[in-house]
Amino acid sequence: MLKVLGLILAGSRGGCLEPLTKVRTIAAVPVFGKYRAIDFTLSNMVNAGISKVGIITQYSPRSLMDHLGSGKEWDLDRKHGGLFILQPIYSRHDESIESFGYRGSADSIFQNMTLLKRGNEDHVLIGSGNHIFKIDFSDMFRRHVESGADITILTKKIDKSKLNEQTWVVETDDNGRVLRWKNSESAGENGEELASLGVYFINKFLLRELLYATVPQNKRDFLKDIIIAKNDSLKILSYEYNGYWSNISWGLENFYHTNMDILNHDIRKELFSKNGRIFTKLKDLPPPKITSIGSICNSFISDGCVISGEVTNSVISRKTYIRAGATVKNSVIFEGCVVEEGATIENAILDKYCVIRSGGKFTGNNEKPTIAEKNRVV
Amino acid sequence: MSRDIVSLILAGGQGTRLGLLTEENAKPAVPFGGKYRIIDFTLSNCVNSGLYNVGVLTQYRPHVLSRHIGIGRPWDLDRNDGGVEMLPPFRGRKDADWYIGTANAVYQNIDYVDSFDPKLVVILSGDHIYAMDYNELIDYHLSKLAHGTIACLRVPVSQTNRFGIMATDFENKIVEFQEKPEEPKSNLASLGIYVFDWPFLRKWLIEDNDDNTSDHDFGKNILPKMITDEKTRLFAYDFEGYWRDVGTIDALWEANIELTRPLPALNLHDDSWRFFTHSEEYQPAFIGSNTIVNNSLVSEGSEIYGKVVNSVIFQGVYIGKNTFIKDSIIMTNTIIEDDSTVEKGVVGENSVIGRNSFLGTGESKPNKIAPSIYKSDLVVVGNNVKIPEGTKIGKNAAIWNYVKEKDFEGDVESGGVVKPE
Repeated sequence: MLKVLGLILAGSRGGCLEPLTKVRTIAAVPVFGKYRAIDFTLSNMVNAGISKVGIITQYSPRSLMDHLGSGKEWDLDRKHGGLFILQPIYSRHDESIESFGYRGSADSIFQNMTLLKRGNEDHVLIGSGNHIFKIDFSDMFRRHVESGADITILTKKIDKSKLNEQTWVVETDDNGRVLRWKNSESAGENGEELASLGVYFINKFLLRELLYATVPQNKRDFLKDIIIAKNDSLKILSYEYNGYWSNISWGLENFYHTNMDILNHDIRKELFSKNGRIFTKLKDLPPPKITSIGSICNSFISDGCVISGEVTNSVISRKTYIRAGATVKNSVIFEGCVVEEGATIENAILDKYCVIRSGGKFTGNNEKPTIAEKNRVV
Repeated sequence: MSRDIVSLILAGGQGTRLGLLTEENAKPAVPFGGKYRIIDFTLSNCVNSGLYNVGVLTQYRPHVLSRHIGIGRPWDLDRNDGGVEMLPPFRGRKDADWYIGTANAVYQNIDYVDSFDPKLVVILSGDHIYAMDYNELIDYHLSKLAHGTIACLRVPVSQTNRFGIMATDFENKIVEFQEKPEEPKSNLASLGIYVFDWPFLRKWLIEDNDDNTSDHDFGKNILPKMITDEKTRLFAYDFEGYWRDVGTIDALWEANIELTRPLPALNLHDDSWRFFTHSEEYQPAFIGSNTIVNNSLVSEGSEIYGKVVNSVIFQGVYIGKNTFIKDSIIMTNTIIEDDSTVEKGVVGENSVIGRNSFLGTGESKPNKIAPSIYKSDLVVVGNNVKIPEGTKIGKNAAIWNYVKEKDFEGDVESGGVVKPE
């Protein structure tokens, strides 16, 4: 059992995923059919033996709360440790907090200092609910402890053209020590860059001191005001990750292609069969049924579906009905949708409980998928 | 109100007619319908009917069953008040020992039932696949002011010799009970589902236990005796829904295959009567390109690269390229490698069928050791089996649990049997 406290930042508003984030925070956006984005970081933590996880929420958390419940699907409904939901609170004793809510990642951890003060953990693992990846955190932790680093950051070589403008890239020496931080825009034109993924191992007592030293001075961003600002005085090491990686807050197209990635055999194997399972809320639905008139090609089908139409290159979530004569191509369908008789959808994302009426057409193109927001009837 | 009723599920059945499928398992733990086990249907009926005090009486090989039920969480039966309780036989008292018959099993758990001080007990069997609202049965029982009510199904006269048959009068009061009759007086077959007033049944159980000539069985002893007693009011409840006895391999196969039909008699996708199970966490099913999947259930975690027709594929199954699965049930985590064919197969869990194999080929011949169990041209393969590449296996063949590659001496002809060393 790792003596590590897991913290997952899951409060972001995610304007870049509108309209999917109209009703939910990014961490609660459905991916690969039955999962939510947060399942990946949460399962990675649990699979590494972390049994105490705090989820820091802020923006539109209802859907996330419903998904996490008591944490029993992740074995986090415990007397020792377990799941802590860290919602923003209004404190009338602390005059320095003028407004309701967290005002930055460092502030959100600072306001939950009680969790850092209690418990016998020596280290904190900070992750985000927006990341889709599968990692053995225990190996990263071993490196963190053995190297004597103050902070270990997770990095990955990513092609410059694929970087998001908010990503920071690092330069390291031969031992992996971080020398310089660069905003991805100011980085070189071509080739691969070592991007910081936003996952950190840090000694708990050091984290407390750093927070007390910065947040009361209105420096509230964990990356910029703590890690980058203190890069020279702290030993910050890079741990390079080589596996599959996606940050779904990098826009709708990236989100669409991330879902399509699961149709690739190697990515599927990596995410679901290596280093433990990905857990999610169970719904006890019957197995998917393909009727005598249905046909499926290269698709990912969840429980509770009944497929009577033609489905190609698509990711279908739970309880979706594709009726006779309907065609679904290159699409991502969330839970409970109905594509009625003879309807066609192509290059589309359907949010939960959408209905495409009989004979209807709903198509986008490969560059820009068309999106139906929750409960829409087309 | 819920404390007034206790349900007891008889789940100790050995299920000998299921052959090697129940070699290590009790019958209620036999897998069914892609992700379920047989007992899930009775347990789900209980909670869907609002019956939350459930005792499960186990005896034969209960390990898989105990792990499956656990503390009853999937059925919302992990409760402070009531919930599910496993009731295995125990010793320590002179009247407690292995369960001898169904009535004796209930007799030995009188203390458990008494602890709720209930008005009614519902006696159920964990061996059947059905959807029943027990409230309707209980309402009927109360409206008739009955001492006991037996749920019955009208069966074809040709099948009456397989069931206990109830002859009833004009108000459905049972006047005669015939066990597996050749000349039936009615076609109302007992489903092994009973409601009794507890103080009434309690008295009869104690009386039956003192009778040394009795086999301590509900169908054989208690019910016939009750019916001959003039003061007793026993009624037949006419059940008209879906009910299947999956006590034989071909009945189990048929009930599975029925689920794949366009309008199945038992609709697992019905939101108003859901079936719950202890389900493993698997990713959604992947169906590859250049495949045909037709008229089938394909459970989560499976990867299909071949052709699947009229079949039930359980969780985590792998079907290789150019492999053809027809009219078969393939259970959890089994791998069927490339270029193979399985026709009318019942393949157990965690098995591997090597590439280029053919299951269910050749002419039909009766099985060599148990022609009444392995029949209807089905090929039965057990759990944790490894079938070597290029093996041909005939119809009505039985490949035992844990058979490995070295146990095979070439192909297996129709009716053949392979057992581990």
